[in-house]
Amino acid sequence: MDLNYTKEEQAFRDEVRKFVHENLPKDIADKVLHHKRLVKDDWVRWQKILHKKGWVAPNWPKEYGGCAWTPIQQNIFEEECGYAGAPRVMPFGLVMVAPVIQHFGSKWQKEYYLPRILSSEDWWAQGYSEPGSGSDLASLKTKAVRQGDHYIVDGQKTWTTLGQYADMIFCLVRTDSTVKKQEGISFLLIDMKSPGITVRPIITLDEEHEVNEVFFDNVKVPAENLVGEEGKGWTYAKFLLGHERTGIARVGESKRELEQLKAIASKELRNGKPLIEDPRFRDRITAVEVELMALEITLLRVLSSRTKPGPEASILKIKGTDVQQALTELTMEAVGPYALPFRPEARAGDWHGESVGPEYAASAAAVYFNYRKTSIYGGSNEIQRNIISQMVLGL
Amino acid sequence: MDFIFSDEQQQLRDSLQKFIGKEYGFEARKAIIASEQGFSDKVWAQFAEMGILGVAFDEAHGGFGGSSVDTMLVMTELGRGIVVEPYFSTVVLGGSLIDLAGSEAQKQAVLSEVVEGKLLLAAALGEPNSRYELNCVQTTAKRDGAGYVLNGHKAVVLHGESADKLVVSARTAGAAREAKGISLFLVDKASAGVAVQGYRTIDGMRAAEIKFSNVKVGADAALGEIDNALPVLERGADFAVSALCAEAVGAMEALNAATYEYLKTRQQFGRPIGSFQALQHRAVDMMIHCEQSRSLALLASIKVQSEDPNERKRTVSAAKIQIGRSGRAIGEEAIQLHGGMGVSNELAAGHYAKRLAMINATLGDVEHHSERFASAA
Ligand SMILES: Cc1cc2nc3c(=O)[nH]c(=O)nc-3n(C[C@H](O)[C@H](O)[C@H](O)COP(=O)(O)OP(=O)(O)OC[C@H]3O[C@@H](n4cnc5c(N)ncnc54)[C@H](O)[C@@H]3O)c2cc1C
Ligand SMILES: Cc1cc2nc3c(=O)[nH]c(=O)nc-3n(C[C@H](O)[C@H](O)[C@H](O)COP(=O)(O)OP(=O)(O)OC[C@H]3O[C@@H](n4cnc5c(N)ncnc54)[C@H](O)[C@@H]3O)c2cc1C
Repeated sequence: MDLNYTKEEQAFRDEVRKFVHENLPKDIADKVLHHKRLVKDDWVRWQKILHKKGWVAPNWPKEYGGCAWTPIQQNIFEEECGYAGAPRVMPFGLVMVAPVIQHFGSKWQKEYYLPRILSSEDWWAQGYSEPGSGSDLASLKTKAVRQGDHYIVDGQKTWTTLGQYADMIFCLVRTDSTVKKQEGISFLLIDMKSPGITVRPIITLDEEHEVNEVFFDNVKVPAENLVGEEGKGWTYAKFLLGHERTGIARVGESKRELEQLKAIASKELRNGKPLIEDPRFRDRITAVEVELMALEITLLRVLSSRTKPGPEASILKIKGTDVQQALTELTMEAVGPYALPFRPEARAGDWHGESVGPEYAASAAAVYFNYRKTSIYGGSNEIQRNIISQMVLGL
Repeated sequence: MDFIFSDEQQQLRDSLQKFIGKEYGFEARKAIIASEQGFSDKVWAQFAEMGILGVAFDEAHGGFGGSSVDTMLVMTELGRGIVVEPYFSTVVLGGSLIDLAGSEAQKQAVLSEVVEGKLLLAAALGEPNSRYELNCVQTTAKRDGAGYVLNGHKAVVLHGESADKLVVSARTAGAAREAKGISLFLVDKASAGVAVQGYRTIDGMRAAEIKFSNVKVGADAALGEIDNALPVLERGADFAVSALCAEAVGAMEALNAATYEYLKTRQQFGRPIGSFQALQHRAVDMMIHCEQSRSLALLASIKVQSEDPNERKRTVSAAKIQIGRSGRAIGEEAIQLHGGMGVSNELAAGHYAKRLAMINATLGDVEHHSERFASAA
């Protein structure tokens, strides 16, 4: 038993830290650290910098241009990036669809799409959820009917994160409604510029536009954009879920937010003394910090285990989001009455108007409300609990 | 013991509930929030007509001589509709400070106009560093001939931009956090030297930063005793807190009802999501939170009149703690149980959660009142 990183891992951490420090554009880091609004170019610029270094695809095998890092290395990388205020690498292309294409895609799909994902030429979106199919994803209704060398797609996807930027969307669609619902689902890659696709914004509680409804009306999709076999879409989607394990705990980002919370609590006063010295508030920070410490080791235990990641990943999702949400809550409370002012205009990167209250207070409440999403998306925390109770506890 | 509202009280509640139910739907509210001024003159005129602007004040000042229970009833209905009009700042906080501290002449002049819907008030109490401490006052009022000159910065003044007159706490003596040396002034917002930076708040209302630079006021602007305003200020704030608690209860009721309805209608896995026990128990806890909040909001609305300041403070702080905690719990659970719809701005649920969270950040959060509760034993 040795809970320390190896020498090589430490050297790797130093290398990542140095690279991020030297190459993460300051304007982008500023936005992330101050909870300003990111736009497409911010993500793409950072991903291109990583691509140039050969680090944009930590989880991909070497043959496709990935780093083939160990899970521990991937985690070190994500933690360093998160901690430094790098925007999260958009997972839809690099982390979600790419492994599916690598394992189940055709030669053509691999040759055409993978390089474009690596270079950030294509922005991908995830088209799973539908208005009637959220937690019960397998009930999805969007239909794809084969007609010659095309599919005709009709239906609606929703909650599509940053779909307004997307060039491509990977969708679960129903190709057969006569069989068991999981067996009639297929995995289609759809060009967002296809005629018949309409994207409509959904505005969230912080009045930001990060999710969308995507409508498909008689959309023609070349049959060569079917991944693998018809009717196997559900299997591929589950493969993908099992694949994503490092990203969900968000330890690096939470460490960063914890540090910012402490900085804020040192500046805010209660009864003339720094809030951080107030036992009531300090104890609450401690409680979250302890959870985060435990989470980090739990994550490393999951990553180090030699068996395939199983339902334990659900623990990471539940605790990771608990910690993230607790931090946004404490930050909102730390700023006191300055949680009230709501000025979405001030979240633009190039905004230079008159401020209200301290800068760190400006988006505290907006971020708190935005982060309610974390326990809902990616399989709600209730669904994660169902998974643990059924798959782990055998209840 | 008598937990029954009088016939008049029930009538007041019913007519307000009917008006808000009919005229203040989600879309109507949205349009009001998006308007330039952020609230509706038409609704305000209706409030005047219904008499709710006068429930808290004596008949001698144009009011209807109601009790604090009447204010509670009104605030609960406003909470149920997440009404954004400046009732709290004008009638409850501004109005009660004038009622408690003002001279007969001041009350006559100001309150009757408030009751008629002609005059809006705001209370400028907080400052950039004061957090929730009413005694932390660095704005100064210096003697200047017969009158005073005000200088300072007041923070997050609710509905400060639309107010005609401001109730301002200022230091006439003593150091920044001293209890002694605080005085209240009634200042025309149009006075020379008053600079107002208005903005939206996340719960759909408005607030403002207000800066006073060499604002001259006459001797008649002083509200109550010079140097000794803190006790009155605390009493007025306690009344306002008890009203906020009542508002929160209305918001909780409406939010719970919306959530239960969603649990019954939203289908996943071929059945209503409300059939999952994991969600049923949470729905029950939301209901218990609401009932516990209602109990302390009721108690606070009575004890806020207590002549014993410790009893008053303890009860009001207890209620604010309860609604702070329960409001947070209900708001978060309601969003969660709505799934993705919960984070959409197009559904009322999230707006109730926002209001509940901001009530916690108004006039003292759970931690502030926990400390106050413990020290008022
Ligand atoms: C900000 C955001 C971004 C998103 N991005 C994407 C995206 O890019 N692509 C995409 O495809 N989807 C995306 N989603 C959708 C997300 O995956 C769904 O919101 C999620 O699966 C929940 O589905 P739902 O919203 O329909 O809620 P519902 O499934 O209707 O759930 C409502 C409530 O019931 C609970 N519940 C449901 N079933 C059970 C059960 N059996 N037992 C106990 N409780 C249950 C849920 O946990 C929840 O609390 C996003 C969502 C959000 C909020
Ligand atoms: C100190 C003590 C004094 C008592 N005194 C008396 C007495 O004077 N007279 C008398 O008749 N009995 C008495 N009881 C018995 C008591 O009423 C039972 O213990 C109680 O009804 C629970 O039954 P059980 O112990 O068989 O637990 P179970 O019914 O087996 O329950 C085990 C667990 O499962 C949960 N559970 C069960 N069903 C459900 C469900 N549908 N949904 C969700 N959760 C469920 C329970 O809440 C509990 O957590 C006493 C018990 C104790 C501990």
